[in-house]
Amino acid sequence: MLDINKIDVCYGEIQVLRQVSLKIQEGQVVSLLGSNGSGKTTTVNSISGVLPLTQGTIEFMGEDITKVEPHVRVGKGLVQIPEGRCVFPSLTVKENLEMGSYLKGAKAFRRESLDLVMTLFPILRERTGQRAGTLSGGEQQMLAIARGLMSKPKLLILDEPSLGLAPILVEDIFKSVLRIKSEGVTILLVEQNVPQALGISDYAYVLEEGSVGLSGPGKDLLNNAHIKKLYLGL
Amino acid sequence: MNIYYILQSLIDGLLIGGVYSLVAIGLTLIFGVMRIVNFAHGALMMLGMYTTYWAFNLLHIDPYLSILICVPVLFIIGAAFQKFLITPILDAPEHNQLLLTLGVSLFLENLAVFLWSPNYRVTRTSYEFAYLYIGDLSISLQRVLAFLTAMVVTGIVYFLLSKTDLGKAIRAASEEPRGALLMGINVRRIYWITFGIGAACAGVAGSATAPFFPVYPTVGGIFVITAFMVVVLGGMGSVLGAFAGGLIIGLADAVGGMIFPGAMKSIISFILFILILLFKPTGLFGSKN
Ligand SMILES: Nc1ncnc2c1ncn2[C@@H]1O[C@H](COP(=O)(O)OP(=O)(O)O)[C@@H](O)[C@H]1O
Ligand SMILES: [Mg+2]
Repeated sequence: MLDINKIDVCYGEIQVLRQVSLKIQEGQVVSLLGSNGSGKTTTVNSISGVLPLTQGTIEFMGEDITKVEPHVRVGKGLVQIPEGRCVFPSLTVKENLEMGSYLKGAKAFRRESLDLVMTLFPILRERTGQRAGTLSGGEQQMLAIARGLMSKPKLLILDEPSLGLAPILVEDIFKSVLRIKSEGVTILLVEQNVPQALGISDYAYVLEEGSVGLSGPGKDLLNNAHIKKLYLGL
Repeated sequence: MNIYYILQSLIDGLLIGGVYSLVAIGLTLIFGVMRIVNFAHGALMMLGMYTTYWAFNLLHIDPYLSILICVPVLFIIGAAFQKFLITPILDAPEHNQLLLTLGVSLFLENLAVFLWSPNYRVTRTSYEFAYLYIGDLSISLQRVLAFLTAMVVTGIVYFLLSKTDLGKAIRAASEEPRGALLMGINVRRIYWITFGIGAACAGVAGSATAPFFPVYPTVGGIFVITAFMVVVLGGMGSVLGAFAGGLIIGLADAVGGMIFPGAMKSIISFILFILILLFKPTGLFGSKN
């Protein structure tokens, strides 16, 4: 479904990604792991198009989208929920969700999509008229995910959805990732919660200083000695 | 000074305040969404006034009807300004955009001098001296029409921003451009649409005032200096604030005019302005930053 082929990305003079390649199969949950600063956000920002590549190509559903503008990628079903959520603080929860289905294709399904996300995240139903800026961190994260779902994504990219949340909420977020998968959405999950992420992943990539170090099925990586030492503290 | 004189002044102040609101709404919208202080706003209003003047003199179209021409003309000028001049330097330091709007302002004013001479031109309608009488009060029909126009356009802009998808996208893009882009909102397009709407507001304000205000190339400056005050008073970026601020400044000028001689009538407005800066720098309706 997504095929990233040897991409390089630079911030000015500084090269951050080197020859990163990854593939995502339809229907899977794929994790992108790695320590802070290893280039995860840079990678997903290139996938959504907000960062330009200096080398390499990105294919989505068999189409080369390397030069396609970010908002057009959304229309093709490639949707990213950014690190830090970026909800619209002075818009209400409902308005935020409506903005998720701003594009024509998604707008036609607005009502059904609203029903779906309210079922996935019942708390949002109670908060529909409230301004997004007044929600708690966990609620904002749910809103950000729900807003992304309103775009009818084929591939949903979540950049550290559990960042800064209490453990019980982190649990909730991981559960909702699985429920979204069961709705037929493919997921690319960026995480620092390595064990939990691997637990729900069909496949995972580990970034190390801007290059893919390890990769493999989630269960295999859970038992990998290198991973155990570096990320699981065993 | 009798009660009628006071009432008369207050009504006149309120009516012209509506026009200030409309100019300020365009200004505050452009600032709120793009963070651009549009120094060309007065020039855009001037273009609106000339559009109305020429539509009236050449085509015999009523000034208030010419708004229907003015809106698309100014929308296109504003949108093109954003799209072709500002968008290319969107990532440059902010003062570049300031200089650009200032440059465009000078260009448009000089273009107007070149095309239409610096002479004052007056749009004389057949109802120029028509008044509405309420008791001993007499209210100029043209000023009432200007006020009503301003209120209707303000209402339309407010409805657009609060109820339509386009308006919500404008607000979304102003708060979180990246979040908006990632939801499929073409933020650059939103920017030129917003500039177009802001310019159209300035244009309508021009049309509405043309029947009782002479038109000349630098006329916009008079209104825009007041509008800048209104924007700060109401809160930078707040449409509701610009609306209320315009009426407040209109009334304050009226009160000032009763107490102080001619040129000093704005003294109350300036005092209000300074008090707001001192005690509520975010303005009456302003929020964060
Ligand atoms: N806007 C930026 N400008 C310059 N360097 C950046 C920028 N964003 C990230 N970096 C650098 O790129 C590297 C990768 O960052 P990032 O992709 O955010 O990592 P991660 O998401 O894995 O924590 C880091 O060294 C970081 O300092
Ligand atoms: Mg990151």
